[in-house]
Parts: sequence; structure tokens; C-alpha cells
Amino acid sequence: MAEDPKSHGRRKFVQNCAGLASSAGVVGLLLAAYSKQSKALPAWALRPPGALPEAQFNAACVRCGLCVRACPFDMLHLAELGQDITTGTPYFVPRDIACEMCEDIPCAAACPTDALSKDLTDIRDAKMGLAVLTGRDTCYAVARGANCRACYLACPIKDEAITMERRFSNGRGYFEPTVHADKCTGCGKCEHDCVTQEASIKVLPLALAKHDPKTAR
Amino acid sequence: MSAPAAPLTATHGRGFLLRNRWLLTRRTAQLGILALFLAGPWFGLWWLKGNLASSTFLDVINLTDPLVLLQSFLAGHKVAQTALIGALTVLAIYAVVGGRAYCSWVCPINIVTDAAFWLRTRLRINPSWQPRKATRVWILASALVVSVLTGTIAWELINPITMLQRGLVFGMGFAWVIVLAVFVFDLAVSRRGWCSYICPVGVFYGAVGRVSLVRVSAVKRDACTDCGDCYRVCPEPHVIVPALKPGDPQATPVIASGDCTNCGRCIDVCADDVFRFGTRFAKLS
Repeated sequence: MAEDPKSHGRRKFVQNCAGLASSAGVVGLLLAAYSKQSKALPAWALRPPGALPEAQFNAACVRCGLCVRACPFDMLHLAELGQDITTGTPYFVPRDIACEMCEDIPCAAACPTDALSKDLTDIRDAKMGLAVLTGRDTCYAVARGANCRACYLACPIKDEAITMERRFSNGRGYFEPTVHADKCTGCGKCEHDCVTQEASIKVLPLALAKHDPKTAR
Repeated sequence: MSAPAAPLTATHGRGFLLRNRWLLTRRTAQLGILALFLAGPWFGLWWLKGNLASSTFLDVINLTDPLVLLQSFLAGHKVAQTALIGALTVLAIYAVVGGRAYCSWVCPINIVTDAAFWLRTRLRINPSWQPRKATRVWILASALVVSVLTGTIAWELINPITMLQRGLVFGMGFAWVIVLAVFVFDLAVSRRGWCSYICPVGVFYGAVGRVSLVRVSAVKRDACTDCGDCYRVCPEPHVIVPALKPGDPQATPVIASGDCTNCGRCIDVCADDVFRFGTRFAKLS
């Protein structure tokens, strides 16, 4: 028995629509995923030591996670799709766990593409970010004149990257944690150990802290 | 998947294991490689670290995906020695085992698209949008061009292969959305669509396959009974024709096309043992 051409046409139409809708859906999903990719590192995430400036890093890093595996302290993560970091690239969140600044820099040594540069030979030359006293209104030492110096004590480059500087305000003396940019590696120990609810000292990505258009892209 | 990928016509006198031996071997390889990557985070056995983009085996041998490295180079990054040696190692391996052996023996997305094909066959979903064969070549070209223009490893922004594999080994996030998209595309939109018409990674490894040593050959093509089962299961059926039904009876029985993934499914399903794994120098028997 011959098939009714009308019903055949209708079926074809439904099939075509389903096909089109599915294609559009697929393309849409891919685009949505793509648009999630951010161009700059968000303020809360830092790259491992030796990382090239962000623009170069995105060309160099193959997202293999060998640095993540090399880190003895399990500090590094690979960005997942949906985060504000280029998917698959490594980062760490200093407030969760800060860099221990291993002398042999195993993460950079493990990098097969030199996205974490082998030019970094002394971890004290690392520039993962820059600590900034963002919460002068919450910092116990500054806002309340308390004898807190958690950040100063946490800093692995003692008395060089962070010093407690004596200040006076309205006849009241206090000590202010003061970051010295040339010494700070951005390891995040100060942010990690800060005792206030939200850290009063934060390590910002260099491009953000220094706002250099060359690195901020 | 244990069931055949399509309802087949030929009646088999052979047992289940024999008529699925390459499929089962292939699944074992795919899952085994994944298991090696997962053995570290799951059980502390760090034999294979990293992921398909780059890895180190036993802390000594680096393996790097040559296509990812090529994009990195085009994006403006100087190729590092470790990665270069790793990529050449990978190229050497596939120059032996067959370029697109990557697709059928390693790639985890193959399991997803094979599952979609299996389901599509079971549900008798017939309509299929078949893009031109050149589509994937253009996608590869555009991935390379976009890498140059944006200074990023462009295809890695959406590559479902590394998304899925990295997701399984390091954490998935929303990567499952992309995997699901590929599954739905292959199920409802295009028969064998992703691997055979879209994926530029397959094109790249296919280029390696044009010179690779291990090939499937229709060495006993005289025994062919025209049942068509090999065409039904083959993800790239056009590769079979020149080897199985050549114009010249003396023509080589070797499936020489780089598109062939060396999956060996044709060997599995052929009731007349027409196909064999061999080298590209195989002769008619």
C-alpha cells in the first residue's frame, strides 16, 4: 500500500524541525560554554609560580594538570567549565590554601610547555600576585589598634615582604601591616592566615594589583 | 557495549567473544587508559599523570598531544623541549598503530558517540543531517586560524575530548553539558555526526593515518558475499570500498584512507573473514 504523501510530508516536517532544534541547541550549548571563558584572571584566583603573564599563559598552557600533580601540598586546581578562568588551566585560591614556596618549584619543573617558566630559579623571585591591605576598616591592627600581626607572622619572607609599620592617627598609635611589592611573591600566606571573617589582606593577581595595561590585557 | 552496533544481516556461526573481539579489546583499551589516569587520584598509583593533552608515564616519558601543541605554537608560544619530544613520541606511536587509532582506541568521546549510534540504531532514528566531508577539515583550519588570531589554544576551549577526560580525572564542572551535546547531536541530528563530520582532532590524526603502518585489509575480498554488514558498522564506510570492491582486481586490499580508525569492527562482524589487521604492505590471500 502506498504511503499517504501528506502524512509523509508532515513527518518529514516534524523530523526537520526536531533536527533543526537539536542543532540550534547544540550550537547554543557550545556558544554558552564558550562565552563562559573569561579573558582575565578573577581577583580570587592566582596562577602557580613562574606563570607567564595571562595572555601568554593562555597560549602556552595545554591544561594537562601536571603542575597540579606535582604540587606536594595539593594546592592547585584545574579550572572547570563554568568558572571564570580559562577552562582547564591551573589556579589556586590563597584563602583556601596558600603556596608553600617549595625551593625546587616542582610545579614549574613539571610543566612540559614552560607555561610555568623555567626562568624562575629562586622561588623568592616568584610573582604569583601582590598582597594588598584591602580591609583597613576590618584589620584588627589598623582599625582597632590591636596587637594582631597574623599576616606578618605568616609571611615566609619575614621582615621583608610585610613589615609592621608604626603609625599615628588622631593621637592613637597602631601598627600597620605594610606590603613591600618588590619582595612579595604573592604566595598568599598572609591572606590565608588573616583572622578577620573576610581576609583584610588579600593577594590580587598582578595584572589587577598593578593594573599594568600590558599584563592586564 | 556488548551488543552489535547495528542489526546485522549475516548469520554467525561464531561465538559472542569471537564476533566482538576487537570491540571488546578496544573498550578495554579505552577504559584501561582512563583507569591508568584515574589510578593516581583514586588509589595513589601515579603511573600515568596529567591528561590527554600532556602526560608523563612513570615520571620519565612525556606524551603530548601534537595538535594541542601545534595550536599553542600558532598562538605564539615558543615550543618547549619536553612538550616537543612528547608530541613527536605520540606522532611516532600513531605512525605505527594507525593515525585515527587515537579515535577508536583512546578517545573517551568515542564511547559516547558509539553509545549514541547504538541507541540511534535501536530507536530506528533514521533522519540524519550529513554535513559535507570537508566540514571537519574547515573546522580544523578555523581552529588553527583562531589560535593565531586570539593567541589561545582555540579548540581546547570547546574540545569535548579533553573536556570529558580532564573532567573525569580532575573535576567536571559543566563539561558534561558539552558531552551531552555531542551525544544528542549524534543521536538525533547526525548519524556518526561528531566523529565523522565535525571533530578536527580526527582530521589531524587522519593525516597521520595516511602513512601509518598498521592497517585493516580486505585480504580475502573474494570471499565477500555482499551482505553489507561491514558498511553498516563502519563509522567511515567510504574507506572500505576501494579495498573491498576496487575497479582493478589486482588493486591493493589495504584500507589506505586516513579516515579509517582501525577500530576493527569490520573484522568482527564479517562472517566470511574478509578483513584482517595487517600492515599497509598486506597482499591479497
